[in-house]
Amino acid sequence: MLKTFSIGGVHPPENKISAGSQIVVLPLPKQVSIPIAQHIGAPANAVVTKGDKVKVGQLIAQSNGFVSANIHSSVSGTVASIDPVMDSTGYKRPAITITVEGDEWDETIDRSTDLKEECNLTAEEIIAKVGQAGIVGMGGATFPSQVKLSVPKGKKAEVLIINGVECEPYLTSDHRVMLEKGHELMIGIQILKKALRVDTALIGIENNKPDAISHLSQVATKYSGIEVHALKVQYPQGGEKQLIKALINREVPSGALPIEVGAVVHNVGTAVAVYEAVQKSKPLFERVVTVTGKHLATPSNFLVRIGTPISEVIAAAGGVPENTGKIVNGGPMMGKALSSIDSPVTKGTSGLIAFPAEEAKRKVAQACVRCGKCVSVCPMGLEPYLLNRLSQKKMFERMEHEHVLDCIECGSCSFECPANLPLLDYIRLGKAEVGKIVRARKA
Amino acid sequence: MSSVVLYTVLMLSALGVISAVVLYFVAQKFKVYEDPRIDEVEAILPGANCGGCGYPGCRGFAEAFVKADDISTLFCPVGGNETMGNAAKVLGKEAAAVDPMVAVVRCAGTPEHRAKTNAYDGAKSCRVASSLYSGDTGCQFGCLGLGDCVDVCNFDAIYIDEVTGLPVVDQDKCTACGACVKACPKFIIELRKKGPKGKRIFVSCVNKDKGGVAKRSCSVACIGCGKCVKTCPHDAITLENNLAYIDFNKCKLCRKCVEVCPTTAIWEVHFPARKPKVEDETAQPVSEN
Repeated sequence: MLKTFSIGGVHPPENKISAGSQIVVLPLPKQVSIPIAQHIGAPANAVVTKGDKVKVGQLIAQSNGFVSANIHSSVSGTVASIDPVMDSTGYKRPAITITVEGDEWDETIDRSTDLKEECNLTAEEIIAKVGQAGIVGMGGATFPSQVKLSVPKGKKAEVLIINGVECEPYLTSDHRVMLEKGHELMIGIQILKKALRVDTALIGIENNKPDAISHLSQVATKYSGIEVHALKVQYPQGGEKQLIKALINREVPSGALPIEVGAVVHNVGTAVAVYEAVQKSKPLFERVVTVTGKHLATPSNFLVRIGTPISEVIAAAGGVPENTGKIVNGGPMMGKALSSIDSPVTKGTSGLIAFPAEEAKRKVAQACVRCGKCVSVCPMGLEPYLLNRLSQKKMFERMEHEHVLDCIECGSCSFECPANLPLLDYIRLGKAEVGKIVRARKA
Repeated sequence: MSSVVLYTVLMLSALGVISAVVLYFVAQKFKVYEDPRIDEVEAILPGANCGGCGYPGCRGFAEAFVKADDISTLFCPVGGNETMGNAAKVLGKEAAAVDPMVAVVRCAGTPEHRAKTNAYDGAKSCRVASSLYSGDTGCQFGCLGLGDCVDVCNFDAIYIDEVTGLPVVDQDKCTACGACVKACPKFIIELRKKGPKGKRIFVSCVNKDKGGVAKRSCSVACIGCGKCVKTCPHDAITLENNLAYIDFNKCKLCRKCVEVCPTTAIWEVHFPARKPKVEDETAQPVSEN
């Protein structure tokens, strides 16, 4: 029997249409808009001004605080403006807009494709380099990686877990990275292991990617202390806490971080970015984005410069098909529908999915019949029907007691609800309110 | 047989007397003095328990009111000056008259002025919608029209107009409790002075975008041109973040700003019709606000 996490979970149709498409480098756009807040935490401070010439990989916004990330230019050209630009949610947020001129990279970046295995840096030096390169969690949560690597005093990391699960339907960017950048991934893992001072790394991959499992298992034999584990297909196994439970059978306590049970989880994309940052001095300014959809002309995986307009990425995959009802940023379970395709690709854009109008429409919500399906599928053991009601009634203190802060917003409850209730909509709202209350109490 | 009845009656009577005595002394011992004026004040208050005064219900307000040395900071918006005058009489004090207020919706983005750019079919709640995205038009500041303000109104004073998709306040029913102001995630609703005979002037827009951007997303948006600021003879208008704001305490209702506003973002309500002019009168929105 294959391993998986123990409570809840759903198995939506996989629809990994673009799994066979090799990563294609997207041509340079004419203009990029790079938001200064692409990560969880404080927005970065812009360090360039209008009219400045920038090169690819040049620092354009400086990390602002412990939980924050540097932002680098993804193109070479002239800074056209530093103004609010519409982001994927439609709100206008500050961004640095750069007009592209040529493709001149910063001299410090090693552009060769040769593998560089040897890494003689100390743990502190690695973490500093990861921080400088502005690396954030590439799975979509965009948590600054150097924070995750800095193990707090009194805690000890025992195992590094590499997340190659990609449990979201449709998305294939991690899958392609594992197939095409297996060696870089392994070196990245070795570097992460060194930074965390751990001896073992476990790569978790769902069993619907047998080619990635066999490829990585074979590559891993060359490196010490890296194990590849096939996992049963079950959403949301890519959640940190679910993956830890599946791989090492430890449960992260409520409100605690994975380090509490000696685990640190990083995405495969992050590990490759760490390799590039540490070995090639290449900051994070491009990422693999899956562009897919059942009626899209050519579902593809593109290597996209951060800040490229989403419209151009979709155009490269055949353009927005007629009868498109919704384009989702991220996976179909956790992603959010875009309000405009003019918004830019950011560090957290793992996929763009076009849904035909008939699939995009939500079904009409009916009354809750107390069937309890949401409770049985919740991977965190919460009671979504109750949290939904409490949030509607604004009973936020009660929600806190019901552990709403443990909700990982995976959407399994909404997916499974036979009454089509917008459970997660309200739970997410309540979670944000409770978060505010808790922070106010601490302050 | 009769003796059983007799003993029962005696026994119960004795128990009753003993309990009464015990209860009397206990009640004396643990007596909590409560100012009787609190009850009197509470009886005068409207009893809506809306929280508009900032206290938990009318009882909470009555307690604070009786306890307070200075009652000028306390006001029941629902009861208004009359109720406050009566309540102050209970304490033998005088309540200062406060100008009546009313909720004002500061968005005029009807579908005709503000084209829909996308469709939302999530939970029918403004709070949820605004936590997910900016809204179904190009304006990220504008009204979402899903009616959170209607849901919280205890006085049936606000409804969503089916044609415009915007909330409309019934000024006769509105008590200025402020529940809708707090409920609106876009901060569109504001409590403003009701004005003499309901006459008031306000900027019916909260768009902070630069002029061109604002104008593109909504044809009646405030573009921050500053004409009204220059025109106002009473210094009542300020311009901040590309948005004009009229201070209702300074505004003398001269209507000069309304005339110069190029996008008709400044509204005048309950004024008599102007003398016929060349200008198109239909451009001026008629509203209950």
